[in-house]
Amino acid sequence: MKVVGRPLPRVDGATKVTGRAVYADDMLPARTLHCKILRSPHPHARIVSIDTSAARRVPGVLAVITGADLPIKFGILPVTQDERALEHEKARYVGDPIAAVAATEEEIAAAACDAIVVEYEVLEPVMSIEAALDAPKDERIQEYGGPNNVHKLVALEFGDVDGGFARAEHVREDVFFYQGNTHLPMEQHSAVATYVDGRVTLWSSTQVVHYVHRALSKVLELPMHRIRVIGAAHGGGFGGKTDPFAHEIIVAKLAMLTGRPVKCTLTREEVFYAHRGRHPVLMWVRTGVTGDGRITAMHFRSALDGGAYGSYGVASTFYTGALQTVTYDIPAYRFEGCRVFTNKPPCGPKRGHGTPQPRFALELHLEKIARDLDLDPVEMKRRNFVKPDTRTVNWLRVTSCGLDECADKVLAASRFRERKRTPGHGMGFAISTYLSGAGTAIYWNDMPHSEVQIKVDRGGVTAYCGAMEIGQGSDSVLATIVAEELGLQPSDVRLVTADTDTTPIDLGSYSSRVTFMAGNAALEAARKMRALLVEAVEASGRKYEEVAFEEAAVLGEARFGALTTAGSYTPPKIAGPYKGSGVGPSPAYSFSACVVDLDADPRTGLVNVNKVWIAHDVGRAINPLSVEGQVEGSVYMGLGEALMEEQVFRKGLHKWPSMLEYKSPTFLDMPEVETFIVETNDPEGPYGAKEAGQGPLLPVPPAVCAAVFDALGVWIDEIPVTPEKVVEALRRREKGEPPRYGPPRFPSIPYPPAIKVEPPPRDAAAAAR
Amino acid sequence: MLRLPRVRYLQPKAAREAAAMAAEHGARAMFVAGGTDLLPKLKRRQFEVDTLIGLDFLPRSVRNGSVDCVIDAGVTLSVASRDPHLRDSFAGYAEAAGLVSSPPLRNAGTIGGNLCVDTRCNYYDMTHEWRKAAGFCLKKDGDICLVAPSSPRCWAVSSSDTAPMAIALEGVVSLTGPDGERELPVEALYRDDGIDYMAKQPAEVVTSLRLRAAPNLRTAYVKLRRRGSIDFPIAGAAVAAWLDGDTVTRCRVALSAVASHPLEARAAGAFLAGRKLDRETVREAAELAAKPAKPLDNADLGHFWRKRMVRVVVEEALGRISDQTGGFGG
Amino acid sequence: MKNEVLRDVQRVVLTLDVNGEARELLVPVHKTLLEVLREDMQLTGTKHGCELGECGTCTVLVDGRPMLSCLALPVQLRGRAITTVEGLAGGSNLHPLQAAFAELGAAQCGYCTPGMLLAAKSLLDDNARPSREEIKEALAGNLCRCTGYAKILEAVELAAGRMT
Repeated sequence: MKVVGRPLPRVDGATKVTGRAVYADDMLPARTLHCKILRSPHPHARIVSIDTSAARRVPGVLAVITGADLPIKFGILPVTQDERALEHEKARYVGDPIAAVAATEEEIAAAACDAIVVEYEVLEPVMSIEAALDAPKDERIQEYGGPNNVHKLVALEFGDVDGGFARAEHVREDVFFYQGNTHLPMEQHSAVATYVDGRVTLWSSTQVVHYVHRALSKVLELPMHRIRVIGAAHGGGFGGKTDPFAHEIIVAKLAMLTGRPVKCTLTREEVFYAHRGRHPVLMWVRTGVTGDGRITAMHFRSALDGGAYGSYGVASTFYTGALQTVTYDIPAYRFEGCRVFTNKPPCGPKRGHGTPQPRFALELHLEKIARDLDLDPVEMKRRNFVKPDTRTVNWLRVTSCGLDECADKVLAASRFRERKRTPGHGMGFAISTYLSGAGTAIYWNDMPHSEVQIKVDRGGVTAYCGAMEIGQGSDSVLATIVAEELGLQPSDVRLVTADTDTTPIDLGSYSSRVTFMAGNAALEAARKMRALLVEAVEASGRKYEEVAFEEAAVLGEARFGALTTAGSYTPPKIAGPYKGSGVGPSPAYSFSACVVDLDADPRTGLVNVNKVWIAHDVGRAINPLSVEGQVEGSVYMGLGEALMEEQVFRKGLHKWPSMLEYKSPTFLDMPEVETFIVETNDPEGPYGAKEAGQGPLLPVPPAVCAAVFDALGVWIDEIPVTPEKVVEALRRREKGEPPRYGPPRFPSIPYPPAIKVEPPPRDAAAAAR
Repeated sequence: MLRLPRVRYLQPKAAREAAAMAAEHGARAMFVAGGTDLLPKLKRRQFEVDTLIGLDFLPRSVRNGSVDCVIDAGVTLSVASRDPHLRDSFAGYAEAAGLVSSPPLRNAGTIGGNLCVDTRCNYYDMTHEWRKAAGFCLKKDGDICLVAPSSPRCWAVSSSDTAPMAIALEGVVSLTGPDGERELPVEALYRDDGIDYMAKQPAEVVTSLRLRAAPNLRTAYVKLRRRGSIDFPIAGAAVAAWLDGDTVTRCRVALSAVASHPLEARAAGAFLAGRKLDRETVREAAELAAKPAKPLDNADLGHFWRKRMVRVVVEEALGRISDQTGGFGG
Repeated sequence: MKNEVLRDVQRVVLTLDVNGEARELLVPVHKTLLEVLREDMQLTGTKHGCELGECGTCTVLVDGRPMLSCLALPVQLRGRAITTVEGLAGGSNLHPLQAAFAELGAAQCGYCTPGMLLAAKSLLDDNARPSREEIKEALAGNLCRCTGYAKILEAVELAAGRMT
């Protein structure tokens, strides 16, 4: 390998360090109008009337629109098309978009929004999971779902769960809560639209140009070929820019109405309202084990606070029950999940999508079981680790798996077993797994998930792909793969990405799918190109490696004419034979293990993380620097969630939609991180590669809580671990109560009878199916 | 993008002229020095003014006399935090200046501005749209306090790091009004009211802060906040102690972020006079200091926990002074 | 709020020294330096994350010191030297900090990068070999959500090593 595996600079590095990268808000085409959105001040209200006449009279205002102008509903999942770009019937959270203005200046647009008179009939807001399970005082938030404000209920059972519990020598139940939090990308969402010659062009800070393309087509009632969506330089997503958003549709509509470019950049406060972040999840878990800690059965329940709309929520719900089995060998498993609607900004996918919450519960639950049995928690977890090339009880296909090696690395480096036991100092260990791309698309289709085209001519090589560089390094991965195959450097490869007019489809930068899926498509296209060039060069009597690429290109072009190749990637059909099996399967899973070392002050409850060791099985690091960057960033975000970040509400509205009060760790709050890259050479990943961008977040919060227990002897069963919770847990211990801070109980939820699914045959051969 | 309202910007050449302008424009005008407190609040429409009076003319030096040190109000917080004389003679003050917000804000924010920093409340320091949704409060546009609805007053929190230290140091500010100059002890600059938190006349400009050095003076400031940077204090303790050997002859303790003004803990100061800073004395003094602190549910983290933390920050500040004299128990 | 846009705008003619070039501008006094740089001078390398002084994204240098352009009024900056990310490189040669950030992957999404680079430049101009603690302190007003700061720390150290 010449470039794969080397710590090369990113291909977009120079653009970003010079300020030349053009983000959506940096664009200001001639005659641009500025758009502001009027949002609901009520968490739950019927809209009686909207009077825009005064706003239209403000000098400088060119257009004012309401929901009547954009009545068609959309949504990321086909089953939950429940959003409108502008709502004219009902507001469902503080911040729900109601009307929009295009004006010559942003301040004029804002003043015009202020002049819009909306008459509301205020309804009782529903602000918690418990309240959503009860009968609504006024009316339900959404018209679908139910009973009450329940959005979705699922219940699945794999194998003989009752039998598993019956043969257990020890059974334990625990309840956990994972508070909601948000992505907080440094860049606020922004979009610019033009309408020229009957065609809409939209530049947006999105993770998925294709899904925005589809939503625009639906709501604007324009065929897809009359819409072009281009991903602008991207200032951070973490899942928060994966849905199609109201402002993207609004600027397109306003451009159509005014014939001028229209831009909308959300304020930081509006970003908190756009949200789609981590669901707050209440969890109950019951596990049976043998005397030596082998799991015999598990029953997991989740209740997700979904906010006001569907977003990715149905998938999120399934994800809270899907991956438990991918790290631990659970022979019988029952999962009951529930998502409710509340009058808050909708929750959706944030880094780890639906899986950090159950991972937190699972890791701490097993810690407690081990202590019940007087077993070493690390040893007990390891006894249950999944093995490579197996199928889990819920039919998930595990291929390469470096769990053991990951655990070895961090345990050895941190000297976990030799740690000094002093009060106030603690270490905690946890593991996790994540998908390398979802095995099924958001909307049902048989087409590839990613496509790459390569063009070679006497001017060089260009690769085209719909994948979106969001800072994770996807452009560099594509360039590296093409360069490796053609014998070039990544910087020699020109890239055209994330443009629905000029690039073939890729489903976008979410679910950690780009390296695996776009990478495989690029590999196929590049190998085909190489074959053409090799044939042309060899026809001239030489070897490909002996001629300069420029000459190979000339020979190829002379022999074959225009040189283009294409590759595509479609994940294997590996989902299990049951309804709901589409969430969870992935062509490969990454694995991580982590140790956190911290000091916790019993007097103040303040926790100071000293160091984090993390090992990540990435299959194969196409660029180890980028992998480290993803791992370190994941640890950062995991620590933020574990210790300080929370999206909370007070009296119906977001308590602190600002970067001052929503606590994102600063440079001084970040401990040293020692990263170990574990390579297991996945059989289906490009050069053996798997994901790195999300999985390493997951073990961090439970490792923090395990370390707090190690330091102080109290369990903090919900995150964030704020000092007041630690102090309260210590107070309870002193009073002789259970030494714990966390949710007291799990609510009663009307789960349907579980669908019983026969597990796959428990032999390695099944993996090949 | 959040933008400022359309305002005029006046550029007086001297404090007297600035004060005259302020008197002329009344409530429609405000002074602006570093702008780090005022401009965000204007963007959030927390003040309705149409005129800003720039204080760019303010001198920016730290002048050391044999006894008194005069810090011009225009000195930035970062300069104050690094000034060798301040670090030497008034370590707690330099420390407090260096703990305000974040490095780029300290490069703009001034010591005069930090003395005058507006009281804060997480029902108030929000955008106009948010406050409209929450229901406006007493401090701006509304008629009730959202933190304590039954209370007739505003409970916004004094959030200056340097003001408590200046009070503990018995600092004196110079004020220039339209009619002349006067001096005021820093402690007399404040009122226990979230809205009318300053006792100076609105048209008076703070031009300097005078601190008096003493060879036996020890100071310390301890700030509690969630993150290592950016955040306002959620509790803070400023201590100045005048010592005779290892015995405290006089001591002043002032707290940040537990009331609508920098709160002096007089009982703690009085208790310490004549005592040595041993562990038990420090603990008792901290207990006394914490008593008058009344944090409410309008800042970061819970108010019960913040109340509990007052003792801790006072103990730590006293402990540091004790360290300077050789540690606990001398 | 409603009547604000009906007020007259006070405009001043200013000469701003940006990246060593004197630029004469007619600016409304209520426009912040951030807005003037981005909208009137097309220097869009300066980004913004909150416009309230809470994130550090819009950091520029004023007389060599990091300041937040979202809280600075151009009318207060007459005669002072303003440096933005566009002024960091010498011609087509990257500043050592820029080179180190690019090399080590210290810029992921790149959005906080201009502010980080300028804060780091100010640090290294004052203190050629800062300790890790000093680097963290100096950059503590600049939030980053991608990197966990690790590669940024390494890049500043690498650049410092190369510059001395």
